[in-house]
Amino acid sequence: MARSAPSDTERRGGGPPPTRDLAALRARATLIRRHIVEMLAESRSGHPGGSLSAVELVTALYFGGYLRYDPENAKWSERDRFVLSKGHGVPVQYAAMAEAGMLPVEELRTLRKIDSRLQGHPVLGATPGIEASTGSLGQGLSIGLGMALAARMDGADWNVFVLLGDGECQEGQVWEAAMAAGHQRPANLIAMVDYNKFQLDGAIADIIDLTPLAAKWEAMGWQTREIDGHDLGEVLEALDWAMAADGPACIVAHTVKGKGVSFMEGDNAYHGVAPTEKELAAALGELEVLEQAEASIEREGAEAGEAGR
Amino acid sequence: MNGIYPGFTLGKATRDAYGEALRDLGREHADIVVLDADLAKSTKSAVFENEFPDRFINVGIQEANMVGMAGGMASAGKVPFISSFACFVILKGFDQLRMAVSYPRLNVKVAGSHGGISSGEDGASQQAVEDVALACSLPHFTVCVPCDEHQMRAAVRAAYDHDGPVYIRSGRPKAPLVYERTPENFRFGRATRLREGSDLTIIANGLLTAAALVSAAELEKEGVSVRVVDMPTIKPLDEAEVEAAARETGRIVVAEEHLLHGGLGACVAQAVCRLHPAPMEFVGLDDTYAESGDPELLMRKYGLTHAEVTAAARRLLAGREAEAGAGAAR
Repeated sequence: MARSAPSDTERRGGGPPPTRDLAALRARATLIRRHIVEMLAESRSGHPGGSLSAVELVTALYFGGYLRYDPENAKWSERDRFVLSKGHGVPVQYAAMAEAGMLPVEELRTLRKIDSRLQGHPVLGATPGIEASTGSLGQGLSIGLGMALAARMDGADWNVFVLLGDGECQEGQVWEAAMAAGHQRPANLIAMVDYNKFQLDGAIADIIDLTPLAAKWEAMGWQTREIDGHDLGEVLEALDWAMAADGPACIVAHTVKGKGVSFMEGDNAYHGVAPTEKELAAALGELEVLEQAEASIEREGAEAGEAGR
Repeated sequence: MNGIYPGFTLGKATRDAYGEALRDLGREHADIVVLDADLAKSTKSAVFENEFPDRFINVGIQEANMVGMAGGMASAGKVPFISSFACFVILKGFDQLRMAVSYPRLNVKVAGSHGGISSGEDGASQQAVEDVALACSLPHFTVCVPCDEHQMRAAVRAAYDHDGPVYIRSGRPKAPLVYERTPENFRFGRATRLREGSDLTIIANGLLTAAALVSAAELEKEGVSVRVVDMPTIKPLDEAEVEAAARETGRIVVAEEHLLHGGLGACVAQAVCRLHPAPMEFVGLDDTYAESGDPELLMRKYGLTHAEVTAAARRLLAGREAEAGAGAAR
């Protein structure tokens, strides 16, 4: 059986305490989005669309208490492993790691620059907290499966989370790994698919349609659930469900590419094009408003709670 | 196959020695795990599986997934030995070897069996002739082609002791015994001078090491003094031994069961050019695939026997005589 999410007292290091407070998680998600657009504008290259679509999934992992890590010791042997198989989305992971205290926030500005620890795609060994080198799509689930089976062989108590892109589910290796996991049935392996419906050259439905995607995972022997990948309540609930599953579990998260920045949402031109300075200002303006709105939601929630008592 | 290795005793196939050595090593080290892609009975990783079923995973016919899984297991502290036919694990798993093993420099040991054309009757689709070049092109990889069962046992042990990715090629047919027992001084990157000589050096590995020794004996009858160097490790190359051969014997023949492009010959030539330029000749597959057939007949047809090694040596020696003749004329 997979473990449930660890309690506060089980956690190590000086990272932010896990929370299930949706307003707090939304605020964190907005901060992560701000980091993403800022770092991409600074690097003048990178992939905004697929970074922004995965923000809630990654926020829930790092701040909802699902991923156990020690910001002071990235190599803590009992940590959970997070493999970002859609490596081009790594700005979302760097941003979350910075928010979690695993990287200095100011280091985000070095993304993709010479001598930086923040490589354009994840590199094991280059950046503390990165668990696998990815960027050649389709490979992360195999790596995560190997990790999960190694943990099971050792009777170790850590879990493996793998975040895949939807486009990369066109790669044959994904289904090799899915089939192998369906046979081996590691309960400590959770896959999440960021199903934002677009790939570099256009709409997935036009290039190689994946539907029915959840049914494909089920056919490979995975327990599967489909959610709105931007509804943090649904994300938390799905992760709770996946943690309790007795075999490999897959969360197919329907998302919007470029989510959170109005002019990027659903516009595939921002798959691999960084925002200009002007676009950055506009994006930060929107994310500022959202942040304030979420802060007020949090206050309103607190007031409503008080009124109810 | 001792028809093309006169004077030699045939030992076990190097793939058999691989399986046995892996099982023996498994008794000593609990962190070894073994993965195979539905060829365990052929690669002989089944010998390990029989004794350690809990540390063996047959991933099915999924070479790419197997390589990725091995990377994940290595990052979690295991020492995975993964095997398939050389052509499948290296060629089908190449991008995975790059991303999940070589780039992150993970401690994965890759064993490719049925290397070269001597796997025989199955035909060219099952014969790896590009594997050494591809493996050598991967940064951080150690690449080794043992010549007989004894050297294979030493190489498997060395692979475990080495912290980093290793590729070991094994073969299907019984291999002529070059060594009498497991060499105790085996180290990656260290060649073995099997025979001393001063007129030219033959550098070889795999089945061609025995062929080189046969050739050296033939040439000796003609009054030619031939050094023979067994060079199991292509990467890192024993450059000191290559330089010594160039300096002290002046001519080098390289022989291998692989394409001429990117194999042992190409690597030795690069070292010779840099360290001490000398005339060279090469025995290997010249831009071709082979076919089905009896292994010995294939080795003859595609020019991978002592006869071709001797012919290559004679071409180099003819060059020497031509130079000497030109010198006398002046």
